[in-house]
Amino acid sequence: MLQGFLPSLIEGAGTTLAVAICSLLIAVVLGLFGALMKLSKSRLLRGLATTYTTVIRGVPDLVLMLLIFYGGQLAINEVAPKLGFKDVIDINPFVAGVATIGFIFGAYLTETFRGAMMAIPPGQREAGIAYGMAPGQVFLRIVFPQMVRFAIPGFTNNWLVLVKSTALVSVIGLSDMMNRAGLAAGSTREPFTFYMTAAMLYLLITTVSVLLLRSLEKRYSLGVKVIAL
Amino acid sequence: MKKTLASALLVLLTSVTLVSAQEAKKLKIGVEGAYPPFSQIGTDGKLKGFDIDIANALCAQMKAQCTMVQQEFDGLIPSLQAKKIDAVIASMSITDERKKVVEFSDKYYHTPARFVGKKGNGFNATVAGMKGKRIGVQRTTTHDRFATETFKESEIVRYAKQDDVFLDLASGRLDAVMVDQVAASQGFLLLPTSKDFAFFGPVYIEPKYFGAGAGIGMRKADTALRDEFNNAIKAIRANGVYKKINDKYFEFDIYGGK
Amino acid sequence: MLNVDVMISSLPLYFNGALVTLKLLLAALAAGLIFAIPLAVLRASRNPWASRPVWLFTYIFRGTPLLVQLFLIYYGLAQFAWVRESVVWPMLSSAWFCAMLAFAINTCAYTTEIIAGAITSTNHGEVEAARAMGMSPVTLYRRILLPSALRRSLPAYSNEVIMMLHGTSIASIVTLLDITGAAREVNSRFYLPFEAFITAAAFYLALTFVLVSLFHLAEKRWLVHLAPRT
Repeated sequence: MLQGFLPSLIEGAGTTLAVAICSLLIAVVLGLFGALMKLSKSRLLRGLATTYTTVIRGVPDLVLMLLIFYGGQLAINEVAPKLGFKDVIDINPFVAGVATIGFIFGAYLTETFRGAMMAIPPGQREAGIAYGMAPGQVFLRIVFPQMVRFAIPGFTNNWLVLVKSTALVSVIGLSDMMNRAGLAAGSTREPFTFYMTAAMLYLLITTVSVLLLRSLEKRYSLGVKVIAL
Repeated sequence: MKKTLASALLVLLTSVTLVSAQEAKKLKIGVEGAYPPFSQIGTDGKLKGFDIDIANALCAQMKAQCTMVQQEFDGLIPSLQAKKIDAVIASMSITDERKKVVEFSDKYYHTPARFVGKKGNGFNATVAGMKGKRIGVQRTTTHDRFATETFKESEIVRYAKQDDVFLDLASGRLDAVMVDQVAASQGFLLLPTSKDFAFFGPVYIEPKYFGAGAGIGMRKADTALRDEFNNAIKAIRANGVYKKINDKYFEFDIYGGK
Repeated sequence: MLNVDVMISSLPLYFNGALVTLKLLLAALAAGLIFAIPLAVLRASRNPWASRPVWLFTYIFRGTPLLVQLFLIYYGLAQFAWVRESVVWPMLSSAWFCAMLAFAINTCAYTTEIIAGAITSTNHGEVEAARAMGMSPVTLYRRILLPSALRRSLPAYSNEVIMMLHGTSIASIVTLLDITGAAREVNSRFYLPFEAFITAAAFYLALTFVLVSLFHLAEKRWLVHLAPRT
C-alpha cells in the first residue's frame, strides 16, 4: 500500500524526533535564562527578555525559519571573515532547523518557566537566603525542583506544539517526515495515502509524549493534595 | 581573548564542516530531487535521475569529492550565494537574468518548453486564447518568467515543486501547465494516470527566457571551477559517458546539437 | 545596509497579502467558533456518548500538525476521482477554500477544548443555585453556563487567535499569496531574504499588536469581574 516508501517515512520520523529533541534542549536553556532575566531586578535584562518574547510570539514560525535559514548564513558569511576565519563555516539544514525552532520555543518556554517560578511562594526563596545559600544554590536546590511541578502542564503544551512545528522544517529542505511524505506523494500521485500515514505517525509521537509527561507530573506531584471532582 | 571567545561561540552554534579552499576538491552540489526524470528520490530514499548521474560523472572526471545537497528549486541560488553549496546541477537554464547573479558552465542539455493540458481542450496557445485561464508553473523557473511576462491575461499559479504543479493539473485545479518538454513527458504524460492529458501549442525556445540550455550554476567568483566543469563536460561528451547516461533515460540526444 | 527601495516597491504585494491573510483568518475563526460552542457543550457533558466522539475529534486535530491537515485537504482529497466529480469540487478546487477549511477545523478543535474547559470549571455553587431555582438544562446553559464560560475563555481564546494568525502563514505553501507568500515572491525574485522576510515579520507584528489590543478591550468589557484588584 505504501509502495515501499515505509522505510523512508520511518527514517523521516527519526529525523523529526531528532530535530524536536535537540530543539527542546536549546529551548529549555534559553527558556530558563529568559525567565530569570524577566524576573530580575535589572531593567535592561527585563527589557531584552521582553523584546525577545514579544518578537518571537508576534511573528509566525515559518517566517522566522525562512529568515534565519536564508539570512542567517549570509550573516555568518559576513561576520566570520572579520573574526579571522579564512575558511567557510557551513550551517547544514539540520543545525539551521534546530537553531530556529530552539530559538522560537525558548521564548514560549520563558513564559512557561516564568509563570512556574512565580507560583512558588516567596517564602521558600527567603528561607534559602536566610540559611546563607548563594543565589545559585537557592536556584538549584529550592526553586528548580518546585518549579518543575508547576511548569509541566505548560511544558507539555509547548512540547506538543514544538513537535508539530518541526513539520515546517520540510520547507527549508530538511529530509524530515513531511518532506519524505511529500516526495513519495509526488512520485506516486497518492498524496492522501502518504500524508495520512504522516498524520498517524505524528499522532503516535504526540500520544506517547502525553503519556510520558503525565507520569512525570504524577511523580513530581507526590504529596500534593488535588481537588477531587 | 575576545577572538577565542567569539570563535568558541561560533563553533558551538554551527556545525563543524570547515571547507578549506586549498584541499583536493570537495564540492557540495545543490540538487532538487523533485523533477523527474532529471532528479528525484526513489523509494529507498536515495537521489536518482539524469542530473544526478551527470553530476557524479563530472565529479569523477574532475576527480572531486562531491556531496549532493537536496534543496527546493527556488532556494538553490540563495544557497549558492550563501555558500551552502558550491554548484547547482538542477536543470537550471542559462538565462541573462540569472547570469547577473550566477556564473554558468556550458550547457549540459537543451530542451524546449511546452504547454500541457487536458486532451481536446481546444485552447488556443495565444495571449488572447489563454485569457483568464489558470497556468501552473514552478516558482522562479524560466517557465515561470516566460508565462508571467507573456501570458499577462492569464492567472499564473506558482508552486515550489514541479510534482505539485502536475498534481493540481491532474485534479483539475489548473487549466494548463508551462513546463519543460522532457520533464513533462517523462515525469507526467507517460504515467498511466495521465492518459487524458497531452501537449498543446507550439514548442517554445525563446532564448531571452529559455536561454541556451541547462547549465551548472556557480558563484560569480568561481571562474576556475567553471572552466573545470566545462572541460569535464567536453570530456564526458567525447568519451561516451554522456551518451551512456543519456540513453538510460531518453530515446534521443537531449544535448541539443553542437 | 538593507535594500529599502525593494522593500518599498514591493509594499503593494504585501498589503494585498495582508488582505488575504485577514480574510482567511476571520473566515476560519468565525466558522470555527460557531461550531465550537455546541461541540464544547457536548464535550463538557457527563454523558460519554456525547463527549467521547468530540474528544476524539479534538485529540486528532490537536495532535497533528496544521500543515499535514492542510495537505490532506488540498492535495489528499483531490486524489480521489469521486471527490473531483462530486458537487463540492468547485469549492475544494479553490486553494483559498481548502486553506480556510483546514484552518477552521483546526481552530474549532482548539476552541472547543478551551470553552469546554471553561464550562467544566464553572463555580459549582452557580450551577447548584440555578438548579435550585428550577432552571431547565437549556435555560441553565443559556443564562448561566455559556455566558460565564465564554467570558472566562477570553484569555485562552486570545492566545488561540494569535496562533491562528501565525498558522495562516502556511497558506503560502499551497500557492496562496498571503503575507508570507508575498515575502517568498520577493525573496525568489530579488534574492534578498532579509528584506523580504523582515517586512513580512513587521506586518505580522503589527497585526498581532492590533489583535492583542482588541482582546485587551474585550477583557476590559467582559472580564472586569475577574481582573486583579489593585
